Amino acid sequence: MQPVAQKPRTRGNLSDRTYAGALAAFGLFIPVLFAFILVRVGAAAWPAVRHFGAGFITATDWDPVNGRFGALPFIFGTLASSLLALVIAVPLAVGLAIFLTEMAPRWLAAPISFGTELLAAIPSVVYGLWGIFVLVPWLREQVQQPLAGSVGTRVGLFSGPAYGVSIMAGGVILAIMVVPFISAVSREVLAAVPVAQREAALALGATRWEMTWQIVLPYALPGIIGATILGLGRALGETMAITMVIGNRPGIPTSLFAPGYTMASVLANEFSEASDEMHLAALMEIGLLLFAITILVNSFARFLVWRVGRRAGR
Amino acid sequence: MSEPATRPSGAAGAGAGAMPRPALTLRDRRRRATSRVMLALTGVAAALTVLPLLLISFHLLKAGLSSISVPFFTRVPAPVGETGGGVGNSLLGTVILVVLAGAMGLPVAIGAGMYLAEAQGSRTANLVRFVTDVMNGIPSIVIGIFVWASVVVSMGHFSAFAGGVALAIMLIPMVTRTTEEMVRLVPRELKEGGLALGFTRWRTALGIVLPAARSGILTGVLIALARIAGETAPLLFTAFGNPFWEWRLGQPVDALPVRIFQYAISPYEAWHRLAWAGSLLLIALVLAVSLAARFLIRSPYKGR
Repeated sequence: MQPVAQKPRTRGNLSDRTYAGALAAFGLFIPVLFAFILVRVGAAAWPAVRHFGAGFITATDWDPVNGRFGALPFIFGTLASSLLALVIAVPLAVGLAIFLTEMAPRWLAAPISFGTELLAAIPSVVYGLWGIFVLVPWLREQVQQPLAGSVGTRVGLFSGPAYGVSIMAGGVILAIMVVPFISAVSREVLAAVPVAQREAALALGATRWEMTWQIVLPYALPGIIGATILGLGRALGETMAITMVIGNRPGIPTSLFAPGYTMASVLANEFSEASDEMHLAALMEIGLLLFAITILVNSFARFLVWRVGRRAGR
Repeated sequence: MSEPATRPSGAAGAGAGAMPRPALTLRDRRRRATSRVMLALTGVAAALTVLPLLLISFHLLKAGLSSISVPFFTRVPAPVGETGGGVGNSLLGTVILVVLAGAMGLPVAIGAGMYLAEAQGSRTANLVRFVTDVMNGIPSIVIGIFVWASVVVSMGHFSAFAGGVALAIMLIPMVTRTTEEMVRLVPRELKEGGLALGFTRWRTALGIVLPAARSGILTGVLIALARIAGETAPLLFTAFGNPFWEWRLGQPVDALPVRIFQYAISPYEAWHRLAWAGSLLLIALVLAVSLAARFLIRSPYKGR
C-alpha cells in the first residue's frame, strides 16, 4: 500500500485506509497503463525491429507490396513540417503573449484570449477540412505560384511545381494549431516575471520595448523554450489535419512546395489496410518511434516549464 | 501609448506633471520609435493569430449552413449518387463513444486527481504526475494503434467499446490534472474543519473537499469531453465508422469527426457539403460546451 495524504502518522481506521488504498490504486493505474501501452506497441513492433534493425530509420523506400520498409521519408516529413510550424508559430505566439501581458487593455485582452482558447478547441479534422478547401488552394495560387516564378528560380526551398498540398501547407496548418498552446504557456511564464523587475527597468529609463526585450523575455526564456517544445510535441503527433493537407507522398522533398508524408499520416492511411504481418509490424514500429519521440520531447518541455515555475517561487 | 521618461539624466525633472519634459536626443527618439513599432508588431501578431479563427468560422458558415436541415440530423449517410442523407447515426455514435469514455475514464481520472492532490510531495505522486503529463502528450493515433492491438485484435472486430477505451485513455490524463489543481485550490481550512469535527479522512475528502472543488472539476470534465468528442485519429482503427444506425457496443459505430474525415477526402461535391455542415455542427457543440464551461468557472465557491 502506498503512503497517502502526507504520510499520516496514525494509520487511521479501516475505512480511511481503504480510501487511501483506493486513491493510490487510481493514481498508480496511470503509470501502469502507460507502461502497458509502451510494452504492447513495442511487442507489436518487435518483428519489424528485429527484421530491419537500424536500417529501418535510414532506408528511404517504402514499398509494402515488395516488403521494403524504410521510415526515413516519414520521419523527415514529420520533422520538417513540425519545424516549419515552429518557425511560423513561435514569433506569432510570443508576440501574442507579449501583447496580452504587456500591452492590451483588459477589454481587448479578454476576447483575444477567448479566441485563442477557441482555436485550441477546434477539432483537428475541421482544420483539415478548412485546409483542403481553403488554405491549400490559396497557398497554391497566391503563394506558391508567384514565389516559384520569382524567388524559386534561385532558392531551392521555394521551387518546383505548385501542388498546393505540400510540406508548406502542413507547416502552416500545424502553426495555426500550435500557436494557442505556445502562447498560453508563454503568457503564464511572462506573467510570472516579478513586477519589481519591470519597474526597475522602467525606472532606469528603459522604454517599454526595452523592458520587454532586455528584461522580461530573458527572464522568461527557459519557460518560453519549454512552451515551444511543448508545441513541438503537439505538432509531431498531430494526425488528421496534416494528413489532409501534406499530400501523402513518401519521399524526401527538397522544396517546401513538394508533397511529403508524416509518421502519423502513414499510420492513419495504411494501418487499416495493412494485410501482411511485416507491413503491420513496420507501421507499429513507426508508431513506437513517434511515441518515443513525443515522450522525450514532452519530458524535456515539462522539465523546463517546471524549472521556471520553481524559480519564480510558485 | 505614452512612453516613460527615457533619459536618466532628464528624469530628474520628470515625475510632477507640471514640469516641462526634457528635450529628446535623436537616440532617444529612435528608442521610442523602436518601442512603438515593436509593440505595434505584437498587436499584429495577435491579429494574425485570431485571423484563422475568423476565417474558419466564416467558411464553415458559408459552406455548411445551407446543408443543415432536419434530415441532416435524422438520416444516415446516403450512398454515392443519391442526394440527401445526414449524419444522424454519426451523432448517435459520438454520443455513445463519449458516454462510454466518460463512464470508463472519469472515475479513474477523478480518483487519480484526488490522489495527486492528497499525496502531494510523495515521490510516488510526483512520478504519477509526471507520467500523467507525458501521457497527455501521447499522439492520439498512437493510442489508436495501442487499442487496436490490445482490444480490437482480442475481440476480433472493431467496436464502439474499443473506441470508448481509446477516448477514455485520452480523457484520463486531462481530467486527472484538472481535478488535482481544483482540489488543491480548496482552502486547507475547509479540510481541517472537517477533520476537527471528527469526520474521517474519506468523509472529509468526499463530503467536503470534493464538493467544494465541484464547479472547477466539472469545467475540466466538460472541456475534456468536448475535446475527445472531436477526436478522429484514435477512432479510425477502433470504432472504425459505420454508415448505418448502430447502438450495440460490440459493433463498429460511426462518429461525427470520422464521418467528416471520410466525406472531406472523398471526391464528391455533395459529400464535401455534408463535411462542412458536419464540421459546423461539431464546432457548435464545442463552442456551446466552452461557453458552458466558462460560465461554470466564474462561480467557484459560490455554493449552489
